[in-house]
Amino acid sequence: MSGRHDFTRLLRAEWTKFRTVLGWVITMVLAAAAVVLLGLFSASGSHASCGAGPVEIDCPEPPLGPEGQAVSDKFFFVHQPLQGDGSITVRVTSMTGQIRLPDLTPGVRRVAPGVVPWAKAGVIVKDGMRQGSAYAALMVTGRHGVRMQHNYTHDVAGRPGGVSKKDPRWLRLTRSGDTLTGDESADGRRWSTVGTVRLAGLSDTVEIGLFATSPCDLLVKQGDFGGSIGQCRFTEATADFDQVSLQGRTSGDAWRQDDVGVTEAPDGAPHHPGRFERSGGTFTVTGVGDIAPHVEGESIESTLTGVLAGLVVVVVVAVLFVTAEYRRGLIRTTLLASPRRGRALAAKAVVIAAVTFVTGLAAACVVVPVGTRILRANGNYILPVSLLTEVRVVVGFAALLAAAAVLALALGALFRRGAAAVAAAIALILVPYLLATTSVLPVGAAQWLVRLTPAAGFAIQQSIPEYPYMTGHYAPSAGYYPLPPWGGLAVTCAYAAIALAAAIVLLRRRDA
Amino acid sequence: MRRELHAEWTKLRTSQGAGWLLLALVALTVAASAAAVATVSCPPEGCGHDAPRLSLAGVQLGQAVVAVMAVLMISGEYGTGMIRTTLTAMPRRMTVLAAKAAILTGLTLAAGTVAVLGCVLTGRLILPGNGFVPAHGQALVSLADGPTLRAACGSVLYLALVALLSLGVATAVRDSATAIGVVFGLLYAFSVLPFMVADPDWQTLLWRISPMNAGLAVQVTTNVSGLPLSPWAGLGVLAAWAGFALLGGGLLLRRRDA
Repeated sequence: MSGRHDFTRLLRAEWTKFRTVLGWVITMVLAAAAVVLLGLFSASGSHASCGAGPVEIDCPEPPLGPEGQAVSDKFFFVHQPLQGDGSITVRVTSMTGQIRLPDLTPGVRRVAPGVVPWAKAGVIVKDGMRQGSAYAALMVTGRHGVRMQHNYTHDVAGRPGGVSKKDPRWLRLTRSGDTLTGDESADGRRWSTVGTVRLAGLSDTVEIGLFATSPCDLLVKQGDFGGSIGQCRFTEATADFDQVSLQGRTSGDAWRQDDVGVTEAPDGAPHHPGRFERSGGTFTVTGVGDIAPHVEGESIESTLTGVLAGLVVVVVVAVLFVTAEYRRGLIRTTLLASPRRGRALAAKAVVIAAVTFVTGLAAACVVVPVGTRILRANGNYILPVSLLTEVRVVVGFAALLAAAAVLALALGALFRRGAAAVAAAIALILVPYLLATTSVLPVGAAQWLVRLTPAAGFAIQQSIPEYPYMTGHYAPSAGYYPLPPWGGLAVTCAYAAIALAAAIVLLRRRDA
Repeated sequence: MRRELHAEWTKLRTSQGAGWLLLALVALTVAASAAAVATVSCPPEGCGHDAPRLSLAGVQLGQAVVAVMAVLMISGEYGTGMIRTTLTAMPRRMTVLAAKAAILTGLTLAAGTVAVLGCVLTGRLILPGNGFVPAHGQALVSLADGPTLRAACGSVLYLALVALLSLGVATAVRDSATAIGVVFGLLYAFSVLPFMVADPDWQTLLWRISPMNAGLAVQVTTNVSGLPLSPWAGLGVLAAWAGFALLGGGLLLRRRDA
């Protein structure tokens, strides 16, 4: 009998064993139901609205960037139209600002001078004034030196260091068709290119000019019940530009100013407005906001609240799938029928992985789209992601359950006792996740937990990536994992594979 | 009852695993606490950490061992068929369960006390090296401090209540693997749920009824007023869970075929 045929026979035997135990089949269906119901339950309990004076309204939605993601596009813009090719050259001689400090006495405002690390000021070419339109900008930042950024999610580093009167930075942004080139210089004579980018479909007439913006200052506090709470405090940045020169078909010296995306108070007055002053050749621009991805809102994986409940159920079934045979002595029949013991266990692993994967996939296929729809209907903003990411979250969820099932099955074969195996599997997967996301552990320790333990696989659910060019609370408790999605899942799979290999070796050696 | 107690004690005393499990309870609890306090530091400008609670963090892992021990106490008998002998010899089933609960509580209280004292000592020894000193606004962990004493005693009681909850669940579901799954699901999976929902009202409600979050409120010594439940009321929630589980398990034990 050929080896392949033999394994197919084993698979069929194991599948028959699984599907004929009514309790297991019902339990798997219940696991899927738990994932769906918990997800829908938490989605229907999440409401969001924004206060507009005395009334609650739906929160305003952030604009979408050219690549489809939610973006912040809020800055003070001193600009004029540019038709066709051209360039802008400026010298930045200072960057200052103010940061609001936490209140000592409630309601009493305290501010201190300073700029946040990602405060930005420089030159920008933008495809029209619409928020979220394509752009390329060359800028100095609070603490990250010169940067060239475009379309909200692309960032190239230039020369590090801050600016001052003694150590100014010259910036030049050149448009040629849909290609933009950023050059910097310390003295205005020797230039070096920071980056060249292509903005596909850039209009013939674009807005070119100076900008300043400053994101809020993030303060993360330990939550009272564990976890953490982020608080964002107002900041603004002011930059001085001189030696401003334009090339190309512009309106010459007629500058317009706009506070792009400024928040309006209920009475229509701008809240924390920016400013522009000009004295001779010196332009002083003050701005509040950010030109960056927008990450506030619900992510699609927030509908997967049932993952832990599903995981526990799957672990129990996977363990029973092997320990029940030991309990009832069926293992001796199994091993008599298939003396190549490793294959028998491998067939079990394939069957349990397939069953769990299909169960998880079915549950996620329902709960992710329906849950996000409910969340949206309740006024929550769902951060948009690409279809590919959504598929990855759904399929990854199923794959995570399947990897956990194989790990549990292997532990069941290793321990041969249900209680020990279930306890070990949960202690390996669930407890590290719990400690990393809800406990008082510092972020560094939490990150190591979700790097090294089988809980790393939860990274597959993260739909919004960590943006290195944006200050954020990138902690496991906030849904940000240190490993990339597939890398994290690979760690869990590696644990499952090692445990399965150890179980096969022991099964071969031990008396059944 | 004395006969039942004696029988249960003999069964436990002569089984191999129990001693190891008690040892594991103490070792794992203290080790996890040591790991937790070793990772946290307090800078000179102060920190919002709750030092006694950090020192007792190992209880979160130790409870897993307690649950395994409690589940095995009854489902081990179902696994081997011993339960039929037990119930033939001692037909008053509720009394049998009560005897099991009494022995289990006594053992957990004893081992739990050792474990919790170990945790307090660990915190006392390691935390000052990480900046938890009075100069940084953190008092040394000491049982002479009222809230700390409450946290320590409460943690021992917490472990005992987890044992009773697990015993009740295991009596109801009989199979050891399933029982462990249910208990861990109730404790661990349920405890994350409040952090996963966005609505604050739901968060508070789920936090209040989740056995682990509410039960461990007894360990909190700072900002107690910010908790959704007072420390002892939180332990009461866990006690209610344990009571329901034991009652349900007992009724099923009485009515069902063994």
